[in-house]
Amino acid sequence: MDILRIATAGSVDDGKSTLIGRLLYETNSITKDKIEALETASKRKGLDFLDLSLLTDGLIAEREQGITIDVAHIYFSTPSRKYIIADTPGHVEYTRNMVTGASNAKVSLILVDARQGMVEQTARHLSIAAMLRIPKVIICVNKMDLVQYQESTFEEIKASLTELVKQTTFEGQEISFLPISSLYGQNITKKAEQMPWFTGNTLLGELEAFEYAETLAHAPARFPVQFVVRPMTEAYHDFRGYAGKISSGTFRVGDAIRVLPTGQESTIATIEKFEDKLSEAKAGDSVVITLSTDIDISRGNTIVLASEANAPQLKDFSAQVCWLDHQALTPGKTYLLQHGINITKAKISQITERLDVVAQTATEGVDSLKLNEIGRIALRTAQPISADVYANNPSNGAFILIDEFSNSTVGVGFVQ
Amino acid sequence: MNKLNDKIGHFPRQLEDESIYIMREVAAQFERPALLFSGGKDSITLVRLAQKAFYPGKIPFPLVHIDTGHNFPETIEFRDRLAKETGAELIVRYVQDSIDQGKAKEESGKYASRNVLQTVTLLDTIEEFKFDACIGGARRDEEKARAKERIFSVRDDFGQWDAKRQRPELFDMLNGRIAVGENVRVFPISNWTELDVWNYIKEENMEIPSIYFSHKRQVIERDGMLWADSEHLNKEADEIPFEATVRFRTVGDMTCTAAVASEATEIDVIIEEILSAEISERGARIDDKRSEAAMEKRKQQGYF
Ligand SMILES: Nc1nc2c(ncn2[C@@H]2O[C@H](COP(=O)(O)OP(=O)(O)OP(=O)(O)O)[C@@H](O)[C@H]2O)c(=O)[nH]1
Ligand SMILES: [Mg+2]
Repeated sequence: MDILRIATAGSVDDGKSTLIGRLLYETNSITKDKIEALETASKRKGLDFLDLSLLTDGLIAEREQGITIDVAHIYFSTPSRKYIIADTPGHVEYTRNMVTGASNAKVSLILVDARQGMVEQTARHLSIAAMLRIPKVIICVNKMDLVQYQESTFEEIKASLTELVKQTTFEGQEISFLPISSLYGQNITKKAEQMPWFTGNTLLGELEAFEYAETLAHAPARFPVQFVVRPMTEAYHDFRGYAGKISSGTFRVGDAIRVLPTGQESTIATIEKFEDKLSEAKAGDSVVITLSTDIDISRGNTIVLASEANAPQLKDFSAQVCWLDHQALTPGKTYLLQHGINITKAKISQITERLDVVAQTATEGVDSLKLNEIGRIALRTAQPISADVYANNPSNGAFILIDEFSNSTVGVGFVQ
Repeated sequence: MNKLNDKIGHFPRQLEDESIYIMREVAAQFERPALLFSGGKDSITLVRLAQKAFYPGKIPFPLVHIDTGHNFPETIEFRDRLAKETGAELIVRYVQDSIDQGKAKEESGKYASRNVLQTVTLLDTIEEFKFDACIGGARRDEEKARAKERIFSVRDDFGQWDAKRQRPELFDMLNGRIAVGENVRVFPISNWTELDVWNYIKEENMEIPSIYFSHKRQVIERDGMLWADSEHLNKEADEIPFEATVRFRTVGDMTCTAAVASEATEIDVIIEEILSAEISERGARIDDKRSEAAMEKRKQQGYF
């Protein structure tokens, strides 16, 4: 059974939480006691209908203000797959929570209010979807009920977004448009009676039909060592295993390997998953690898195939970043850079440009990147990192920046 | 719920890989982690995952149980056996001790429970052992405030959760850096649903305490639910115990977990019952019903 991860996006009040509530409601994924709780909470708010946004807006502050502040994760499944949905906030102030929710998504649902059409958040979220290389984006034109379900409105919005979409999209990204009403359940799981002119799939139909080519197993093999297993018991006196989750590619017993950054070489003796001995393991598998020779390997090292001539070792490189902290990014500052599980110091040598998300143009010569801004930086790390270019191997090309003093995660970067 | 029988027994293996990864991050990033063990199916699942993560090594952190004194005896028995079998260190601290020391006060009335009190003992235990990370079995599908949790959730000196100040958590990169006095709560099965847990228990052929299966016991009926009769339950005069065939869907204290009438003695039947249940898992938790925001408020105080 596979898992499909989805994240919502779009401006505040566009109906993201209502949409997710509706999707769960119509797939009978909400139990009776939870529906009763929603009814009570809706009544308390003085509403005469079921406010489905209350299903995910679970914090006291969110319910008081009627907005989403932090990402909520919510689950449902169909006979074909399990869905993990991240319902994210639309308010620009909470973009970092939106990025948190979107970072694992394979489908981004970007909502647009049919009355307003494209707004700045639409552009920002399309840029973020592109930055994260989310393979599918469904632009949901919501609240169609408020524009009399007119085809012309939908077509106008679609046309107005074409130019922007053309600029943000990358090769292989699927983009589609869908007219919906989250409040009245039009085109969510059932064809919209109110919009007979729309011949496309429903939202659930599109999700069920979506298959993304899982390229990770074919990407270059990367095994970051998380933990060294040394039981030192009688039965396993000499056992020394390297535990980790393969981030991309495939490893087989007998493969000649190289350890980065030390460059030492050896051969895979066993690949183990608890009591099972495997002949191979691929991207996403959490395994323990043992080698035929004793070499010095510690947490943070990356195992690659010896046959790969130029496995990456980066020290000076450029990256796209999205800034997530109130204190702006300034050149010359040192941060901790966490790439996967590996941490090293990094100095930002330069901010090369800042992206204007609406115009999709870059401004050069900027001296800071503020909260929620996207830009490009040049940086230098204390130790080399075994990162790939994000676009080529997303599972091994991203990093986070951590403030050494507050310990906060202040930015996310993508190796270019 | 969807009555889809073909969902039975399909556990998405990817979830296990992700949870094992989280377990290993805890062991690597923290100096004194602990696994909070309640004896329920979720924490039993955690122990299994920890066992797998470090095999053939032992689980490199202790199992910590905050014993309210109101636990089902079956749970305690199971706990001791599991600790012995896995070779993990077991630390038990008692809510009764916190009460005796005057740090916590027993509730009164018919809904009295020690559920809230255990936070006091938990925070004291964290301080006593200087735990910097506590692994818990909370899942995001359980409750709306839990749906907002990060996998690594930073707590301040007082164990408090500040929903508005959560760190961004991107991809699978976990930032466990904290200041002195702070600690992290870690939720490795955040993305599992109740059904995933049951399917996993089934596929792994795991043992769970007998109270999860149908059995006969003395109960009383209260607020339309069946409550296990025990010396800890404050009964009213008209609440007369009777025998019923029940099982527990979730296991907390005897005073705050309701039973469901069920004949299910096999895990497949339990899974079918869950698939067709009209009430959610925590619908049987009286502790959540105290107010709409009961969970969030308890979490702010340092509750799990
Ligand atoms: N008429 C109409 N109203 C809608 C529709 N969808 C949502 N709404 C209303 O729009 C308001 C905002 O909905 P939410 O679902 O909270 O919006 P959101 O996008 O999640 O907002 P944030 O998370 O705060 O960014 C609520 O009053 C909803 O009832 C729709 O399709 N039609
Ligand atoms: Mg919302």
